[in-house]
Amino acid sequence: MSLWEYANPVKFLRLSERVLPVLWAGAGICVVGGLLWGFFATPDDYRQGSTVKIIFLHVPSALMAINAWFMMLVASLIWLVRRHHVSALAARAAAPVGAVMTVIALATGAIWGQPMWGTWWAWDPRLTAFLILFLFYLGYIALWEAIEDPDTAADLTSVLCLVGSVFAVLSRYAVQFWNQGLHQGTSVPVATGERTVSDVFFVPLVICMLGFGLLFLALVLYRTGTEIRLRRTRALLARGARSA
Amino acid sequence: MMPDLGKYAVEVMSAYAVSLMLLALLVWVSVARGRRARSALLQAEQEVHGDG
Repeated sequence: MSLWEYANPVKFLRLSERVLPVLWAGAGICVVGGLLWGFFATPDDYRQGSTVKIIFLHVPSALMAINAWFMMLVASLIWLVRRHHVSALAARAAAPVGAVMTVIALATGAIWGQPMWGTWWAWDPRLTAFLILFLFYLGYIALWEAIEDPDTAADLTSVLCLVGSVFAVLSRYAVQFWNQGLHQGTSVPVATGERTVSDVFFVPLVICMLGFGLLFLALVLYRTGTEIRLRRTRALLARGARSA
Repeated sequence: MMPDLGKYAVEVMSAYAVSLMLLALLVWVSVARGRRARSALLQAEQEVHGDG
């Protein structure tokens, strides 16, 4: 069995019908459980007070905002190289999810920043890269809507996705590239494992990150199914119009 | 039951409210669009089959 089998829309829909209930359930349990744990059962931070509870929304949403773009990049490359329609539709389906995650990260960051930094916004490298990433999301969604021919739209949005990947990388590593600005380094560095978050916050944070990841997967699978059905409907209606 | 959020209660509550509202809206819009797409496809298939 090959992964490319799922480039077949029928097989993809059949697989997603089987997997989606598990993903929805897992996402619901982890997001609700992680947030309840984080909100009700964690103490205040000795410096940040109760604002530390915002971490359970801010970090997972920022993580998914960047990873959603990388998922779109992989799907776009598959479209450009192998011309599988499902991959182009999956990239299209992921964009609004990534855009909402970016808005949540920006909004919670601003709300958190005001009491801690004394400002809602600063032209800090990481914040600015994130804002540009959000604009790329909007541009990507608008480009899909603006072009009538789906293959041309998939081509052009794939190129836009490649360009925007620079800002997705910058959003992730801006703090390391430019050692200035207000934003701290990553709280959970995967490469070194030297996290700056205490255990009492770390466990619910990981559960929230897992929950946001599962929610992203569930939404992308579900929305890709929707895109496949809409495409099939357009094809059927066009066939009907030609034969009439 | 409700934790004491101290002087940052407004900030914490508004962060949770905005985020949960956006997530709920995203799921609701996705599911509603998915349901419309399913029924549109069903209708299109019936029309095509109906035309023979």
